[in-house]
Amino acid sequence: MPGVKKVGQRTIQFANPPVVMATASIVGPKEGEGPLADCFDKIVQDTYYGEKTWEKAETKMLAEAVEMVIKKAGLQTGDIDYLFAGDLLNQTISANYAARQLAIPFFGLYGACSTMYEGTILASILVDGGFAEKVVAATSSHHNTAERQYRYPTELGSQRPMTAQWTVTGAGAMLIAKEGSGPRITHATVGKVVDQGIKDPNDMGAAMAPAAADTIITHLQDTGRKPEDYDLIVTGDLATVGKALVEKLTQQQNIDLSKNYTDCGILIYDPSQDVHAGGSGCACSAVVTCSYLLEEMIAGKYKRILGVGTGALMSPCSCQQGDSIPGIGHAVVFEMS
Amino acid sequence: MGANEGSLLDKQFQQVKKQAQQQQYQQMAQSVKPKQTWVKNAVAAFLVGGSITAFAQIIQNIFQSAGLAQKEAGTATLMIMVFLGAFFTGLGIYDNLGKFAGAGSIVPITGFANSIVSPALEFKREGFVYGVAAKMFTIAGPVLVYGFVTSVIIGLIAYFFQ
Repeated sequence: MPGVKKVGQRTIQFANPPVVMATASIVGPKEGEGPLADCFDKIVQDTYYGEKTWEKAETKMLAEAVEMVIKKAGLQTGDIDYLFAGDLLNQTISANYAARQLAIPFFGLYGACSTMYEGTILASILVDGGFAEKVVAATSSHHNTAERQYRYPTELGSQRPMTAQWTVTGAGAMLIAKEGSGPRITHATVGKVVDQGIKDPNDMGAAMAPAAADTIITHLQDTGRKPEDYDLIVTGDLATVGKALVEKLTQQQNIDLSKNYTDCGILIYDPSQDVHAGGSGCACSAVVTCSYLLEEMIAGKYKRILGVGTGALMSPCSCQQGDSIPGIGHAVVFEMS
Repeated sequence: MGANEGSLLDKQFQQVKKQAQQQQYQQMAQSVKPKQTWVKNAVAAFLVGGSITAFAQIIQNIFQSAGLAQKEAGTATLMIMVFLGAFFTGLGIYDNLGKFAGAGSIVPITGFANSIVSPALEFKREGFVYGVAAKMFTIAGPVLVYGFVTSVIIGLIAYFFQ
């Protein structure tokens, strides 16, 4: 028998919608030159961020974003019940090492680029369920740490195909609380892993699009809503190729997203920045959601947003062994009353 | 038994259906892919690759006119070009050139130097043994292995059929 907080196949309807008390975003130099530059809390001009390695720089950004969001809410680290965090690196070291210095009870996550939304859903469940009062969800990615783990050394003179995406350097954090003012999280639709057989790791938008479309379609069915019920529907990091595919896939189910649908990977960079299809990485959906999207909600531009964090769940090993790339999409509804 | 056969058939049917669906999606994905800029890439590769090799030819001519034999002048030129490839990788210029020129800067020996120096630089932080030395040939290694294998095969052919 489905619980009272569950509607339809796999959508959570929060009984006491948790509040996004504060958000924080830190980005690297390239994102700081992009169209959303004014929205971010901090732009770091050096990809090393004063550290010896890019991995250490990523950890520093993540820890700082968490500290910043706590400070912005006027709280202390000790006030936070739990921290959900994850990143793209092997054994999620950025999140683990940031948690080492933060000393907040910690759940490490891996949802690839969907981690921000995965963390947001889990944090909201804890808060709504009465297990916690204040929870932080955070994530980070770094262009150079991702390149050296997933692709080639950064100084190698190679050409990227037009479908390739640019991993966002940055970290985003969201403080989700039981009480307070700010946008509320009313629904969440948990994604299924969907794989339509795309094998090209340089075409992750196409690999993730079926999962995102599946989640959007299921969310609308579960809630009985239409795309027009949202001021904005936004996916995490599908970029131009994936966005076009989501539009086609939803159209096949007679759902028209053409009016109010966009993607964080398209919003974060200007086409002149030579990022090919657009942005990707955990930080892509995280920094756009934790800055531009939620700020515009508070400013009154949007009343209700459906955000879908998307992730490509492959590894360099699975790609080399010829396996296809599974994708996932987690949806969260933010609402400003 | 009948039920078993039925479920097996059903399973196969589902599998075929899934494959057809995947194929359909892959065709759709293909149709929205942005076009590669073949002509621009080919022109860039031709110009940059041509310039690098023309530059090498100038150096070789200088060595030859200074009195080196052709073979020795060739070796000296290779050394200079490998050094330049490594040097510009270290300066952080060669990857930008590669992004523009593609094969034009990968195929000449400067590109070979880039493929060895770039991982060596990148993995210095993991130490000189497990970083620099172990990772140095991650990209060039396969080129070397199959280069050697090919030369052995060609050598054998030449030996037996001459």
